[in-house]
Amino acid sequence: MPREKINIPCEIDHLSILSEDGEADEELVPDLAEDELLRMHRSMLLTRRFDERMLSLQRQGQIGTFAPVSGQEASQIGAISALDQEDWLVPAFRETAAMLWRGTPMAGILIFNGGYNEGGRIPDDQNDFPIAVPVASQLPHAAGIGYAMKYLDDDRVVMTFFGDGATSEGDFHESLNFAGVFGVPVVFVCQNNQWAISTPRERQSKSKTLAQKAVAYGIPGIQVDGNDVFAVRVAANEAVERAREGDGPTLIECVTYRLSVHTTADDPSKYRSEEEVEEWEARDPITRFQSYLIDRDLLTEDDIESLESEIKDEIDDAWDEAKATMSDLGDPDDMFDHVYAELPPYVQQQRENREASDGEDD
Amino acid sequence: MAELTMVEALNLALRQEMDEDESVLVLGEDVGVDGGVFRVTEGLLDEFGEERVIDTPLAESVIVGSSVGMVAAGLRPVCELQFSGFSYLAMHQLESHASRLRWRSRGRYGVPLVARMPYGAGVRALEHHSESKETYYAHTPGLKMVIPSGPRNARALLVSAIRDPDPVIFFESKLAYRAFREDVPDDSETIPIGESRRIREGDDLTLIAYGGMLRRTLEAADQLAEEDGIEADVIDLLTISPLDDSLFTESARRTGRVVIVHEAHRSFGPAGEIMARLIEKSFYYLEAPIQRVTGYDIHVPFFAREQAYLPSADRIVAGAREAMYAR
Repeated sequence: MPREKINIPCEIDHLSILSEDGEADEELVPDLAEDELLRMHRSMLLTRRFDERMLSLQRQGQIGTFAPVSGQEASQIGAISALDQEDWLVPAFRETAAMLWRGTPMAGILIFNGGYNEGGRIPDDQNDFPIAVPVASQLPHAAGIGYAMKYLDDDRVVMTFFGDGATSEGDFHESLNFAGVFGVPVVFVCQNNQWAISTPRERQSKSKTLAQKAVAYGIPGIQVDGNDVFAVRVAANEAVERAREGDGPTLIECVTYRLSVHTTADDPSKYRSEEEVEEWEARDPITRFQSYLIDRDLLTEDDIESLESEIKDEIDDAWDEAKATMSDLGDPDDMFDHVYAELPPYVQQQRENREASDGEDD
Repeated sequence: MAELTMVEALNLALRQEMDEDESVLVLGEDVGVDGGVFRVTEGLLDEFGEERVIDTPLAESVIVGSSVGMVAAGLRPVCELQFSGFSYLAMHQLESHASRLRWRSRGRYGVPLVARMPYGAGVRALEHHSESKETYYAHTPGLKMVIPSGPRNARALLVSAIRDPDPVIFFESKLAYRAFREDVPDDSETIPIGESRRIREGDDLTLIAYGGMLRRTLEAADQLAEEDGIEADVIDLLTISPLDDSLFTESARRTGRVVIVHEAHRSFGPAGEIMARLIEKSFYYLEAPIQRVTGYDIHVPFFAREQAYLPSADRIVAGAREAMYAR
């Protein structure tokens, strides 16, 4: 026959468990212990408050440009909480929630955003990559770590985060393609937050979903309500298990929203309406999770109040620590550190000359 | 000891390093079943298996980018980019990550990867197969840029590159791949990265070259000795970055006359940096303007005209005479 249909699996699940007002589909709720649920809630709340504090510090000129995460806490906490501590995280630049969950100290993030790359040093007990600024460029690293895990017969898995804009980049394609071909244990978490700076989701791709791009790479893909921490967690659990069992990579599209600016240098009023933002505020991932927890007597309004005050103190302490650390990081010659394992002689000379000329200015 | 071409010598280096260290693996386009389009990786697939000799999808960025990930897990990937003219698709990963991850992570993740790539003109190839853009990489802090000139130093430098804690861009001259053989010792040997070598001694003139242009430079040196009685000191750079200026500084101070030869474009090319260092450190020793014999500031022509683009022994001799006799 000259022309016949090729059967390609092209149905993509959309998963939603926790409604906007906190009603859950009990059959689908993941089986999580109470302390895990509370830890997830606390992390989401901490992230939100930390984000707000950083925004205010940036507006006061105390720290530099950064990318706020508000609105995406469920996407990140739902996904990252499915990992074991020994697993790998490969973040982009808006993964504050995921990084805090992993144990990255707030002071480190503040120091990083304060203009010192010392803050980007990953604690030794975390197998995480540092922040990657160029969009999608971290995806090949995740694919490579995944390859190494498979090669070394190591059952750790890799999770990498990126946005809707990243799916237009060549590195997205190359990485998912590579991951599919070699069946590496990587979970690709796309946070479709609707906006890549001023460019809307529909300008990134004609595809109805971003999850369906998985079909082209021959790997599983799923779309979830990214503001529903349970839906994200269930999809992540499945993907992590698949990876750990040797069954290869997964693409998860979390449909979410960036409630704040792209970075602190951005003015979203130029490209999106207040009404749109308000619509998404009504779908806030934290309040709906709180409603669920309160309904089930796992949390009370009083608990939230004391948690808020605990978190405030924690953030205050982190900022005090960051300031103290940064005041000791005055030596600009440290910028020559770690460019190479051993500095070439003429670069060493540049360092010494810089030091000497600095002395002349004093 | 065996008489090997550069291709065979590079193959020996890979084989021995892979044999010695299970963390070394090879990846790239057609490196496995095909043994690489120039056969540098021939036989490695049979010896080490497809998990260590990886035929990748045709995707330069993820070849280098996945290598950046592999190093974090303790592997030492040697990636092959089929031609340096296609390496620009991986430039983003080389510049934005391979060169920076050690620095960005404050030393947590070094990047001991090697990116091998054939470079240079002279083998009648297609467009994009003849470029010599070492400046792109030499200009980037955090990368090392190595260009061997013959079988023996190619083998020794590749071993050093694989063992180096930092990312090494390793250019292999297609002109030198099979042009001649050299004795290469059976036992592994290394040449430190960042060290140039004197390969001909003379007191009248300093000739600085590397890679595919070294043989032509040596031919020119012989011609100068024969026809003019000029004895040239010839320095083979071997590493472009970090640049070793100690040997050519000493030589230039002794001879006062310098010619720099490379097939890369002239403007902003390596010769410009070498001249700058000579002027900074040895200005008062120079007897004549420094001469550059290089590729022109045009795209490498299609192969019918490529020899007119490349520095020839005659052009090098003419440059040397300019340095010797110009007033």
